Amino acid sequence: MQYQWDFAAVWSHFDLLIVGLIGTVELALVSIVLGVIVGFVVALMRLSHRRALRTPATAFVEFYRNTPPIVHFFWFFYALPILIGLSFEPFTAAVLALSTQSGAFYAEVFRGGIVSIERGQWEGAKALGMNYRAVLRRVILPQALRRMVAPFVDRSFELTKTTALASSLAYAELLYQAMQVNSITYRPMEVYTTIAIMYFIVLFAASNLMRLVEYRLARVG
Amino acid sequence: MSDTVIRIRNLHKRFGDLHVVKGVDLEVKRGERIAIIGASGSGKSTILRCLNFMEMPSDGTIELDGKLLGTEGRANDGGAARTYSESELCEVRTRVGMVFQQFNLFPHMTVLENVMEGLITVKRTPKGAARSRATEQLAKVGLQDKLHAYPGKLSGGQQQRVAIARALAMDPEVLLFDEPTSSLDPELVGEVLRVIHALAEEGRTMLLVTHELGFAYHFADRVVFIADGIVYETGTADDVLKHPTKERTQAFLARFTERAF
Ligand SMILES: Nc1ncnc2c1ncn2[C@@H]1O[C@H](COP(=O)(O)OP(=O)(O)OP(=O)(O)O)[C@@H](O)[C@H]1O
Ligand SMILES: [Mg+2]
Repeated sequence: MQYQWDFAAVWSHFDLLIVGLIGTVELALVSIVLGVIVGFVVALMRLSHRRALRTPATAFVEFYRNTPPIVHFFWFFYALPILIGLSFEPFTAAVLALSTQSGAFYAEVFRGGIVSIERGQWEGAKALGMNYRAVLRRVILPQALRRMVAPFVDRSFELTKTTALASSLAYAELLYQAMQVNSITYRPMEVYTTIAIMYFIVLFAASNLMRLVEYRLARVG
Repeated sequence: MSDTVIRIRNLHKRFGDLHVVKGVDLEVKRGERIAIIGASGSGKSTILRCLNFMEMPSDGTIELDGKLLGTEGRANDGGAARTYSESELCEVRTRVGMVFQQFNLFPHMTVLENVMEGLITVKRTPKGAARSRATEQLAKVGLQDKLHAYPGKLSGGQQQRVAIARALAMDPEVLLFDEPTSSLDPELVGEVLRVIHALAEEGRTMLLVTHELGFAYHFADRVVFIADGIVYETGTADDVLKHPTKERTQAFLARFTERAF
């Protein structure tokens, strides 16, 4: 069978796809920032000596590790509003789902980086009279951050790809917009090929940018 | 200020079921130099590490300058561990410095930054003053030409001298050394021991865990022999190292055939 490619139909609605791409990037960036905050707090809780902090943090991480991401989207959009009697915009629900699930994974990245620093570094710093916060900020994190960059970038790419699930909440990200364009044009081949290329370009450009950052960081150290 | 800097009473340390330190009493006088010796695994490091709370004592009390540290803890089946606030621990650690076997220098900071770190983050010394104090300490250990090197580029002996300068910069009342030369190549041991000896001449209060019995003999006012987590025999360097009266001390010393003292 000879398929007749016709991108013209897609081009005429390309503005819709651009809106979707912006929606994707927005959702990803906001969720990364919030996910980092969640992840940092959860990591510190998991490293705490106090069981009252450690246990809920571990439960949080295990919960997200063992449930499918799309369930979190549905839960924040359809279930949580019933519980609190307050409904969310699709964007808000998507951000909540993404930043908590990525928070659980970032927490492991941060914790992994922190525990990879030898005990002697903690001791050397504590022996000078530095408190926990100072040890972490001045001695442990500067060394751990370098080891966190690569897994952090991996996780952020996963998150960015997971934003496509927000289409199921009718949030206008790239996949959802593609579905709209498809329903107007009936050209699934062109539409989905186009957004695959769009995802690829954005992530590929981002990954090269991150490689540059990693290279710089490695050189500083 | 009292004559006694540190007084340890009935110190115990357990790691789970392993009872490592079993009731140690020790008094450290100002200006005194104490060498702690004993077989591997006898608990020397653990005792030393309890003094700056790198390990938390399971039971017993520690006084610093006549002040009892911590507050009474609830008695539990492991003993009656006292509780210590973070701010108290930090304060004690600035007054009781430590030099580790593995140096524990900060690899992401230069030699100068390593020595300035405690002054800046703990003592809040202004940068300029911290820099000149750190430079001074580094000159004292003979490393004035390595200020801007990273620790990874230095020999073990040089790294350990940086670690000593870093501890000295805080001007501690007591300095603890846990086998400061055991991870060094033999030809680098001398330079570190010379630095420690010079501190002894200055009248610093120091406790040194060591297997270098020859050095212990010349260094110490008092030698403490630890066996099985207790102070088994103690006295002057002459008493303990040359004329030990108790059986296990004699057996331990007999293993060192070439006595350098
Ligand atoms: N953090 C820890 N957890 C569990 N056991 C420990 C810990 N630190 C030390 N121990 C154990 O306590 C005992 C005494 O150790 P310690 O390091 O005080 O001995 P030491 O006299 O310094 O020996 P060495 O001469 O080999 O340095 C050993 O059996 C050791 O395995
Ligand atoms: Mg030891």
